Amino acid sequence: MNADNSRARILARIRKAQGRPGGKPTEAEFDMIRTAMAEHEIGPLPGIALPPDQLAQFRSECARQGSTYAEVGGYGDVPGEVAGYLDRLGLEKRVVLWPELANLEWGAAGIAIDNRPAQGSDRTGITGCFCAIAETGTVLLLSSPSQPKATALLPETHVCIVRRSRLVDTMEEAFAMLRNERGEPPRATFFISGPSRTADIEQTIVVGAHGPYRVHVILVP
Amino acid sequence: MQVKSMFFKQSASMKLDDPALQESLRKFKGKFVDARARAVAEVDAWEAVRSHAARLRDRTIANLDAYLVEFERNATRRGAQVHWAETAEEACTIIAEIARANGVKKVTKSKSMVSEEVNLNDKLEAAGIKVVETDLGEYILQLANEPPSHIVAPAVHKSKEEVADLFQAAHHKPRLTDIPAMTREAREALREHFLTADMGISGSNFVIAETGTTLTVTNEGNADLVTTVPRIHCVITGIEKVIPTLEDFATLIRLLPRSATGQAIANYLTLTTGTRAPGETDGPEQMHIVLVDAGRSKFLGGDMEAMLRCIRCGACMNHCPVYQNVGGHAYGWVYPGPMGSVLTPTYVGIENAGDLPNAATFCGECAVVCPVKIPLPDLMRKLREKQFDLKLRPWSERAGVVMWSYAARRPKLYAALTKVAARVASWMGGRNKLIHSLPGLDGWTKGRDMPAPEGKTFRELYRESQKRKASSAEGRR
Repeated sequence: MNADNSRARILARIRKAQGRPGGKPTEAEFDMIRTAMAEHEIGPLPGIALPPDQLAQFRSECARQGSTYAEVGGYGDVPGEVAGYLDRLGLEKRVVLWPELANLEWGAAGIAIDNRPAQGSDRTGITGCFCAIAETGTVLLLSSPSQPKATALLPETHVCIVRRSRLVDTMEEAFAMLRNERGEPPRATFFISGPSRTADIEQTIVVGAHGPYRVHVILVP
Repeated sequence: MQVKSMFFKQSASMKLDDPALQESLRKFKGKFVDARARAVAEVDAWEAVRSHAARLRDRTIANLDAYLVEFERNATRRGAQVHWAETAEEACTIIAEIARANGVKKVTKSKSMVSEEVNLNDKLEAAGIKVVETDLGEYILQLANEPPSHIVAPAVHKSKEEVADLFQAAHHKPRLTDIPAMTREAREALREHFLTADMGISGSNFVIAETGTTLTVTNEGNADLVTTVPRIHCVITGIEKVIPTLEDFATLIRLLPRSATGQAIANYLTLTTGTRAPGETDGPEQMHIVLVDAGRSKFLGGDMEAMLRCIRCGACMNHCPVYQNVGGHAYGWVYPGPMGSVLTPTYVGIENAGDLPNAATFCGECAVVCPVKIPLPDLMRKLREKQFDLKLRPWSERAGVVMWSYAARRPKLYAALTKVAARVASWMGGRNKLIHSLPGLDGWTKGRDMPAPEGKTFRELYRESQKRKASSAEGRR
């Protein structure tokens, strides 16, 4: 196998077909595309991306994507909200969660916690998020050692806590925020818009294909 | 996937006579079409977003080599290994070698049309590796040992009853026919594989040059498990998939799910950049990205280049009256519908794709709905011309076109011939004004009648009407 030759041949073929001399891109061409990329030009935004009431848009889009939604007065109220939610659905009050949430008063709300990454048998996973997007009712999770993606993916129920100050209008704004705060995307940049679903058998929509059956978004101030 | 596109005509006839398939197509027809129409209506700037997307795809393709090398540089910087495959065989060999070198026994896969193109599963299975398709539709087809018939809804041709039989045989459980219960059973069967696979293979809807990112778009969440749990993640994708920035992804993702299934957004979008960071508990230790040419560069530089804009949404096939009636398998390769009629002849050779560029009514709907404004009917017309020039059409058709073009360039001869033809055809139509069979064109009249002309040519009627106008104008004077 001649991997390097394949690379060289593909690049040369592209340039030949498009009438550019030489077998590989020139420094001038790299400069040109890097300058163009550095502008981070944003495409035309439709009206739905510029909602007059950001929070109302987020709530209605969450509903459309099949997520449920609740608002609480502060982080202290989160365990109570989660307990009520699990009770209403008749779900076991045991959750796996991100370490940043482990210090809330879960015991007082009657919830047992597993402060570790999720495993295949965990029923409910609780995570925070990097930000949320009003246009599409989406939460964005960025992977890190203390924020594993599996907690949002393996359990049948995912509860996601969103801070009001981290709600943005569009994916473009989310990317700008990511670039400001983190420089570049982490290993996994994970956009979740409602529970897992499939329509592969006779176009019948079924929720809970491989990921969660339920996504519950809790907004805190 | 083996190319069987030479037999489009024969398989299309068979598909039209297949009651089970026709029932599946009847259920499918219109669903994605209506959903897309509703989703597009919500986006007031739809046309502007489309134009922007087409321009950004063109701009990237115009410097494809530089963007690919920039992507490679950034992906490598983040810990991924980038491989280049000129051919389908080379792509398979690279991935099989990665699997062998790492002692891989089991692979989970999320849906990848490029992997269908190159026959990756066969190659891996021949090397003794267990391959598990995890997209529900692809999983059903793997059990049935069939290729996909739609790029977004691969098992659209399968009825619930057929799936129930397949699941019963594969899962060794009582036969279920309730779709949510069937889905849960498949979930449970696949969960085990997700957690025990050594390698995950996914496609990548786009790759982002500036950040070295690959990405998946799904509703099931299967790609997220495939790219998160196993210790090795292997991406297989085409060289045309590169886009410059995250912002460009944001634009394209406003178009892709809406055009594909009519969703405002797919449930899961995962951007994957590099390998597991120190201290992380999930994510692959090794990430490999295989960039595949396998015919794509043949589109560059010529009058077919716009096809490389394609973002594989499937809107063209959903809206195609030919696809709606014969389904995807008749097209004989991975990509059905208008998209396939352009891709297949170029990827696998125009001489192996027989009637595909002719599998169209030229209603033009595919170009109208294409989110990146690919002029699909024009591209099919160009392929028809190419087939004619290469003498790949039947002699009778070529002779017909040659005779017609001889006459059409001689107006007097043309007028005389059409005058006779119009009268003869009118006489042939009889009282019902329908022609039941045409000598030499019986293939066309076998399945339908041709409406007979009125007896005069357009030019005769036009001249008469001009005369009438002139004389009535004179009368008024």
